[in-house]
Amino acid sequence: MMKALLEAESVGHSYPGGQLGCEDVSFRLYPGEVLGVVGESGSGKSTLLGCLSGMLEPSNGIVRFDVGGQGLRDVFSLSEPERRLLMRTDWGIVRQNPRDGLRMNVSAGGNVGERLMAVGARNYGNIRNEALDWLTRVEIPSSRVDDLPRTFSGGMQQRVQIARILVSKPRLIFMDEPTGGLDVSVQARLLDLLRGLVRDLGVAAVVVTHDLAVVRLLSDRLMVMRQGRVVETGLTDQVLDDPQHPYSQLLVSSVLQA
Amino acid sequence: MNSQAFHSVDGTYNFAYLDEQTKRMIRRTLLKAIAVPGYQVPFGGREMPMAYGWGTGGIQITASIIGKDDTLKVIDQGADDTTNAVSIRRFFQRVSGVKTTEETQKATLIQTRHRIPEKQLTENQILVYQVPQPEPLWKLEPREVETRKLHAYSEYGLMHVKLYEDISRHGEIITTYDYPVEVNARHIMSPSPIPKFDNPKMAMMPALQLFGAGREKRIYAIPPYTRVRSLDFDDHPFEIQRFEDPCALCGAEGVFLDEVILDDKGDHMFVCSDSDHCRERRAAGHAGHRASDAASIGFVSSEGEA
Repeated sequence: MMKALLEAESVGHSYPGGQLGCEDVSFRLYPGEVLGVVGESGSGKSTLLGCLSGMLEPSNGIVRFDVGGQGLRDVFSLSEPERRLLMRTDWGIVRQNPRDGLRMNVSAGGNVGERLMAVGARNYGNIRNEALDWLTRVEIPSSRVDDLPRTFSGGMQQRVQIARILVSKPRLIFMDEPTGGLDVSVQARLLDLLRGLVRDLGVAAVVVTHDLAVVRLLSDRLMVMRQGRVVETGLTDQVLDDPQHPYSQLLVSSVLQA
Repeated sequence: MNSQAFHSVDGTYNFAYLDEQTKRMIRRTLLKAIAVPGYQVPFGGREMPMAYGWGTGGIQITASIIGKDDTLKVIDQGADDTTNAVSIRRFFQRVSGVKTTEETQKATLIQTRHRIPEKQLTENQILVYQVPQPEPLWKLEPREVETRKLHAYSEYGLMHVKLYEDISRHGEIITTYDYPVEVNARHIMSPSPIPKFDNPKMAMMPALQLFGAGREKRIYAIPPYTRVRSLDFDDHPFEIQRFEDPCALCGAEGVFLDEVILDDKGDHMFVCSDSDHCRERRAAGHAGHRASDAASIGFVSSEGEA
């Protein structure tokens, strides 16, 4: 039996004032697996992602991560420096808006190299080569390595953000609407790239999105959320082709067929 | 001690301007700063009778540690006769009545802006720096809550991102002043805007180094004989500025030089930034290639022998 990488046990979070974020979410994620979380706006997807990625302490339940291959440990029982180290080495968060995930006043190469320098890389030549390598892998021409992210298109910024995270060879990445705000052809290329990278590197991922096409392409398993609760889980194709819960059926049938 | 003893020469203010409780608070801050080299200790900075940016942090430190037997030297950009230096020296003459000097080795307390004297300081001296921005990470991380965590957890990768950017844009580290240092193999610290030429002097210095930031209300310190390392990359090691020609007035080499414009036809020369060092050398008979011009272009010390 393979060891789980991330485990959520009855995770729930309420905001001050009793506003429900999410409730009673449990699952296990295994190395190399991609889990999709879908649901409409306000269904608790982003709250759940916050709890899983260590940014928001859940009011109920436990999130465990296989820290350093030493077995599952409660993420919120780690000391803050341990958790921060985890976040910039083993984890990566791809944000919907690349402006939140990038340093906009630092060149693309500097952005990609930051994680290397954060864990002690002190050889400029090596850092730069690695940054160039990763930018090439996300299809950014090496001539743009010294340009600031604001001179890049939205799709390119998103790819720089992905390179910036993958450079530390994370074992788990969280993606919050990775294709939000991109036009469809750029979306398709980004998804293609992401799928290739995730498969090649064997990195596990949790993808939160309202776009069913994204999960169809990327994820192995799917969780459908509504009003903070998981209403259906299963293999992606199974849930999308044969939805059982009325809400899943509604969600699937709401997609326009071009 | 009777209270009369605290009175300054003009009889209006307490000795050295600050009240005794404030001095005590600042001294406690100083002790903490010395105990944790390079760590920025917040303190209750006071309004001083001059604007922020004129060295209010350094002045508060000086006012807190100055005693009647001290001899004070104040330098600004290496010189004793520049506006900032003159006004701070006069301020302390008026409110404390202590002796002042322009000679580095006679001073027990040296307040400085932008330079470390060329002459090696001793264990009997204290160097007080004026600091405009104590946080070395501020240009990359504007949130103070975050920078404090970065210091607390030694997460200093960001500082190298800045140096990386320098090299990628200019082929070398072009940060020439306020060049970040690592103190006692732990904290990363802004050395205040001294030229990086002076960075190596901070390492293992026999004198106590105190840093005061008035606007930001932070004090930090480097105790005597502490390791101070300028940050760099393995393949782009730290280097100090080099000058091709010696000082035009005293012929000194291996010192930090200022360019001085002499007329509007492009005539210029490089002279010692440390005016006391230059004066002393000239008095000892050293001469650069324009030494004879010194008097004619007004290059004489205010205590001047020339």
